[in-house]
Amino acid sequence: MEKTILSIRNISKIFGQTQALCDISIDVSKGEFLTLLGPSGCGKTTLLRIIAGLETPDEGSIFLDGKDVTGWEPNKRNVNTVFQSYALFPHMNVFQNIAYGLKLKKVPKLQIEKRVEEMLALVQLPGYGQRMPSQLSGGQRQRIAIARAIINDPEVLLLDEPLGALDLQLRRQMQTELKRLQKHLGITFIYITHDQEEALNMSDRIGIMNEGKLIQLGTPDEIYEHPQTRFAAQFIGQTNIFDAVVTGQEEDGRLVLSFAGGIIKAQGSGQTGEKVTLSVRTERIRFGEENKYGFTLSGRVKSHSYTGGLLRTILLLSDGQELTVTGMGGGYSRAPIGTQVQIHWNPGCAVIVERGGAG
Amino acid sequence: MKKQKLPSTHVSCQGACAARLPFILWTMVFVAIPLLYILCMSFMKKAATWGILAEFSLDSYQKLFDPVYVKVFGQSMWLAFLTTVFTLLIGYPFAYFTSKLPPKWRSLVLLLIIVPFWTNSLVRIYGWMILLRSQGVINSLLIMLGIIDSPLKLLYNFGAVLVGMVYALIPFMILSVYNSIAKLDPALVEASRDLGASRWRAFWTVTVPMTRAGIMAGCVLVFIPSVGLFFVSDLLGGAKTMLLGNLIKNELLTARNWPMGAALSIVMMTMTMIVIGIYKKVSGEKSLEGIV
Repeated sequence: MEKTILSIRNISKIFGQTQALCDISIDVSKGEFLTLLGPSGCGKTTLLRIIAGLETPDEGSIFLDGKDVTGWEPNKRNVNTVFQSYALFPHMNVFQNIAYGLKLKKVPKLQIEKRVEEMLALVQLPGYGQRMPSQLSGGQRQRIAIARAIINDPEVLLLDEPLGALDLQLRRQMQTELKRLQKHLGITFIYITHDQEEALNMSDRIGIMNEGKLIQLGTPDEIYEHPQTRFAAQFIGQTNIFDAVVTGQEEDGRLVLSFAGGIIKAQGSGQTGEKVTLSVRTERIRFGEENKYGFTLSGRVKSHSYTGGLLRTILLLSDGQELTVTGMGGGYSRAPIGTQVQIHWNPGCAVIVERGGAG
Repeated sequence: MKKQKLPSTHVSCQGACAARLPFILWTMVFVAIPLLYILCMSFMKKAATWGILAEFSLDSYQKLFDPVYVKVFGQSMWLAFLTTVFTLLIGYPFAYFTSKLPPKWRSLVLLLIIVPFWTNSLVRIYGWMILLRSQGVINSLLIMLGIIDSPLKLLYNFGAVLVGMVYALIPFMILSVYNSIAKLDPALVEASRDLGASRWRAFWTVTVPMTRAGIMAGCVLVFIPSVGLFFVSDLLGGAKTMLLGNLIKNELLTARNWPMGAALSIVMMTMTMIVIGIYKKVSGEKSLEGIV
């Protein structure tokens, strides 16, 4: 692991009556792409603003490259932000916008010109220097905002939902491009989004936030495959959440549980008789009687919904609960509605997200 | 007659023209005709006793170059300029800090700026006389505190007129500047700070240029009336500070030289037009909507 460039220690912030941030601690390594993911109002933007120095925390501190910068003015921190609204200066042309930071640092004029040209080439908008921001499209403004930030060679680049205002096609394209830039420049990115797909596909690590708390911090794999809470499981991907009662444990550590009149298995720990909440991803559930795990769970096909690549099937279980199963769309025969089908999954795919209470 | 020859596609235009008719009439009767009347009058002669002689003459315009009048023009322009500068210097920071107040306080402050408009401005200028007189509030207070021995001469001079002008016109500056500051996206200032600008640099490189429209509008709204606001210099300047507005009033009411008054009015309107022209040129506004 590379050295820690940014250290967020026990940050708390209260706005009036609401706890915007509650005891957040994250260490970010040099060159890392960290995404803060959460619903709107979860405090991710506030955290970003605190790192930038645009907001002061009520408690906790921010260390940048080993120095405590908590009380520093934003202009003293070697951190730059790409704002959600881009915040390009409308009274300056593209060149002046990008050159703004270097001009403040009193970099010689010739060098500024050279650097700005480099940046324009880097964001693939060479020759756009004389245009005004109002003459640019959303995607172009986005690139200029990025160029304006990275020309200052920041230790950490903060991006506040930078692709939020772009349409899907452009967003995909910009995702790839941002990732390329980040690898190329080796700058640490802290990236805010509420788009889970974006988070999974771009990040080295993801921090899931909700109601001012850091719910889980981990690699995209960890977050997706092993959510630690109900919120994390539901926020990323599609999942089935249900309660089951532990009836025993196999020698290899698997739990045997009873659920909806059948027997299921899951990885994890629990006491016999304990009620646990499980999360099983919809695409991990398999149809068929043949299974090596000894499942005896069945449901009646209630409906199918076909979405091109994927087929989503809703099953009605004997106790009235519903399970969602996704499988490949085209070509596969689907079970007719109303038929009873057996289902199972790899016990490792069932994650306990909540424990507690005797069944 | 012509109307009947128009093709049928113009029917909707006819409707629109008809709708505009009252406005056109109103403008003709209350704006165009009086202006034309003043313009014509300025090229006529003063009758020996009363009224005007309907005879073409350039007398009034020639008289404008009399050093006495030139001095009044100069003084008016100078006062209007100073008034604009001072209202800007006081009004901009005022509007800036008002916009940073919590919403509850902000609307209270704006209300307090507007409230004096509900009182006659003449009455408010009398209020200044009470403050500035030799036995007035300010002098009494200073003497009571032992700071001065004899009352300062605060009233009936250029300074008093300037104070009165600034006082009377500053709401226009504050409101138009406030308007543009309130519209400024705070993210722009934050972006500037984030890119390395100190508060002061961010203010001068982002806030001021971004609120230029409001500054320009405020300057025009203050400069134009300050050329003609005669009662302020009448009351606070004694008879000593003669301004263009006073001159027009005198020519029309006291000297009864109507053509002269008309010529002065035409000059004042021309100057106003020039100021608005400069405003349009500098601000790039096509219309005067920035002002209103």
